[in-house]
Amino acid sequence: MSAVRFLVNGAPAEVEAPGMRRLLDVLREDLGLTGTKEGCGEGECGACSVLLDGQVVNSCLVPICQVDGRIVRTAEGLALAARERGALDTLQEAFLEFGAAQCGICTPGMLMAARAYLDAGGGPDHEAIREGIAGNLCRCTGYQKIVEAIAAVAAGDMA
Amino acid sequence: MTTRTLPPPVVAPERSAADALIVAPGSTTRGRTRGYPLRREGPSKLTGAAKYTDDLVFPGAWYGATIRSTEPRARLVAIELDPEVDWSTVVVVTAADIPGENLVSAIKEDQPVLVPVGGEIRHHAEPVALLAAADRETIRRLRSRIRLVTEPLPPVFDPERSDHVFAQYEIASGDLDAGFAGADVVIEGEYRVGHQEQLYIENQAMIAVPGEDGGIAVHGSLQCPYYVHRALRKALGMSASQARVVQAETGGGFGGKEEYPSVLAIHAALLARKCGRPVRMIYERHEDLTATTKRHPAVIRHRTGVKADGTLVAEDVEIVMDGGAYCTLTPVVLSRGALHSGGPYRCPNVRIRARATRTNTPPNGAMRGFGAPQVEFAVETQLNRIAERLGISPAAIRRRNAYEPGDTTPTGGVLRESVAAQEVLRRAVEAAEFERVRAVTAQAAAERGGSGEVPAGRLRSGPARTASGIGLALGWHGAGFTGSGEVHIGSVASVELTDDARIRVLIASTEMGQGTSTIFPMMVAGELGLLPDAIEMAPVDTAEVLDSGPTVASRTAMVVGGLCIEAARRLRAEVEARHDGRPFAEVYREDAAGHGRTRIDQRFEPYPGIDFDDATYRGDAYPAFGWAACVATVDVDLDTGEVAVRDVVAADDVGRVIHPILCEGQVEGGTLQAIGYATLEEIKTENGRYLNDRLATYIIPTALDAPTMTTILVEAPFSSAPHGAKGVGELPMDVGAPAVVAAIHDATGVWVTELPATPERILAALEAAAGVADVA
Repeated sequence: MSAVRFLVNGAPAEVEAPGMRRLLDVLREDLGLTGTKEGCGEGECGACSVLLDGQVVNSCLVPICQVDGRIVRTAEGLALAARERGALDTLQEAFLEFGAAQCGICTPGMLMAARAYLDAGGGPDHEAIREGIAGNLCRCTGYQKIVEAIAAVAAGDMA
Repeated sequence: MTTRTLPPPVVAPERSAADALIVAPGSTTRGRTRGYPLRREGPSKLTGAAKYTDDLVFPGAWYGATIRSTEPRARLVAIELDPEVDWSTVVVVTAADIPGENLVSAIKEDQPVLVPVGGEIRHHAEPVALLAAADRETIRRLRSRIRLVTEPLPPVFDPERSDHVFAQYEIASGDLDAGFAGADVVIEGEYRVGHQEQLYIENQAMIAVPGEDGGIAVHGSLQCPYYVHRALRKALGMSASQARVVQAETGGGFGGKEEYPSVLAIHAALLARKCGRPVRMIYERHEDLTATTKRHPAVIRHRTGVKADGTLVAEDVEIVMDGGAYCTLTPVVLSRGALHSGGPYRCPNVRIRARATRTNTPPNGAMRGFGAPQVEFAVETQLNRIAERLGISPAAIRRRNAYEPGDTTPTGGVLRESVAAQEVLRRAVEAAEFERVRAVTAQAAAERGGSGEVPAGRLRSGPARTASGIGLALGWHGAGFTGSGEVHIGSVASVELTDDARIRVLIASTEMGQGTSTIFPMMVAGELGLLPDAIEMAPVDTAEVLDSGPTVASRTAMVVGGLCIEAARRLRAEVEARHDGRPFAEVYREDAAGHGRTRIDQRFEPYPGIDFDDATYRGDAYPAFGWAACVATVDVDLDTGEVAVRDVVAADDVGRVIHPILCEGQVEGGTLQAIGYATLEEIKTENGRYLNDRLATYIIPTALDAPTMTTILVEAPFSSAPHGAKGVGELPMDVGAPAVVAAIHDATGVWVTELPATPERILAALEAAAGVADVA
């Protein structure tokens, strides 16, 4: 057991955990941030995607010892700017309006992959967007409306 | 026939003021929503606030695990607990601990909850014992210390060699021999399809919580609360009020959470009962893939007689489905398969023989399409091969044979209304420019064939590595339950005005992503003259809602939606009658304050004029059908056999579109599952065990594998449903695979008759066609 300190969604966190405990379990069980989901536990589905220092990672494959001193962002932290309850950021709003979330279990991870794509300067080109979210499986939507929602944000259509 | 086609992108469709589904202005936010409400539970899903089963916290809960057989068939002689281990800190449950019947409630009730000592193990992942402990580490440490003593028995894996028949049907019309005698051409074909996993991204999950009355509540990921309720009562010997089922937010189902959650709920409840505390049964992906139901594999044989102009005159179809180790829903899956196996085509002389048998793999069960995708792949590929033989366009042969109003199905049912086969065909063919693209691909194929060069791969004849193709399929899907299923179930849906003036919809129909929670408020609000936001959805909790039937068979919008509309109409009439006919919207608050609660329970009444005899299989097998056409374009890599599905145009007649964005979402998602079925998704087995039982090896389409999709929604309403809706969920699943396989043929000239059309199968077919014997 050792103490690991990091920032999660802008707030400092400190957990006592075995170094190899998965970031996913620390988020969900130790910090109560259940917005991050587990789909396969082996890095295939992307449901557990979070941002680690702005890079999208599968939190089921990240041991907590690697998170010390770093910045973690989850779906719960996307709308931090809009503080009031239930408020959504532009990307979440686009997902809602375009019908990009159905059952919703892949959605938090998908949003984080999309956030990373947009933050890296990704544009509205559909092929590039598909490449950007290729690590995140969705079984409900056929991806069409997810791609359209991200493209709308990239093109500045959500203003 | 009234057929209205919504062109994509759909601008809010014109609706009359009297329209039940009218969306009032002001209920919307932005133009992108096209005037329709946003997904009701969308914000909670998007912010991570939505609580799926594994997100629920029950203080003091233990973790549960299942000890499974590792053999496909054996006699269970003994269950031995390692004497070196201190078992006092954990709980072990075997069949001897089951207070009720050791049965998972289903059609035949042949599946034990846990195999008893002396009983027969019938598949390699069969539950034999259960283990619960305070932490996961203890479970991991102890699960291998429970040893099963068994005597192996000979397993059966080939459904055609199994002598245990779960169900069989024969459907016949006309005179088959006379039909073949009058045919100009007779073509035979054999088609094979394998397992498909539903692959909801949220694994199976259930938490059982013991109550003070000796009862147990389960909170879980499920489609059919009352299936689980019935299963709990039977296995745990509980009364209706002691068993309580609450649906948590559910991360996809696709049929996979129709019958399997009953198993999980009983297991969790048995452990919770024995240890007197909540128990969490949350499957990991590996266990979920290993043990839960899949789509039924099938062998389908066609013998078809046609006139030279393409007119169908005789069809002889044989279907064999692999049921796996237990019956589950197999008879109903097979029935739907048999009834759809001729495709949406008129044919005077038909024989359909179908049987499903028992094998020693985990039980197969419900998956989106429910027997239809298997048989429609077969009949559509057969028809495409006939068109090729006769030199007729795939579109033309369908125009010639597709059902028209007034036609009769093989069971003798007359298609009186709501027949849009020709309309969806026309719309898809036009939007995809099918004939023009087909001419281009034919020209390219002719040039490839004529070059005579073999510069790289041994299987191509020109410099181009990629060949493009376009393919077409047409399909039908019976709306709602087969036969008199709906009459037997007698669903009840409720709408109530509470004494504090809230309006609530109470149904057991679940939201699992398809949009139940969004469209029901729309339907009810339309009847009451209110905005959808004014309507609440009661939680799906058997302590609160009556049984509106399972959330399956694309029946929710059509059947349960219809019941809620009728209930809302009665509520409105009752309230308005108490207020001199003043509009409900004006008086309901006053009414609630003065009169108190008004609750309407609406029970299903048979659709007039629809009659089916389950014994003889004659009559209207379905009250109506949905119709779908799919045009797919593909690129095939001639060196590797890899297929990229580039574009899909899907035209689907759903009777009535309630929410175009959600409806398109159903078509797009179902189409991609069909493309996965066509190209990627396959279960390999060895001695009855699934070899690729991880997400690293069971492959589903990613965003890069998915085509650009154009969805055309067509409305040919069903007049006996108050809103005309016929359902949408399963329809697109039926046509995607044969369209892709036809496109692969158009690109390469070879027919792949076994799904999925993997690179290996495509290369093998190319090799056979090229006469190449020595390609590795």
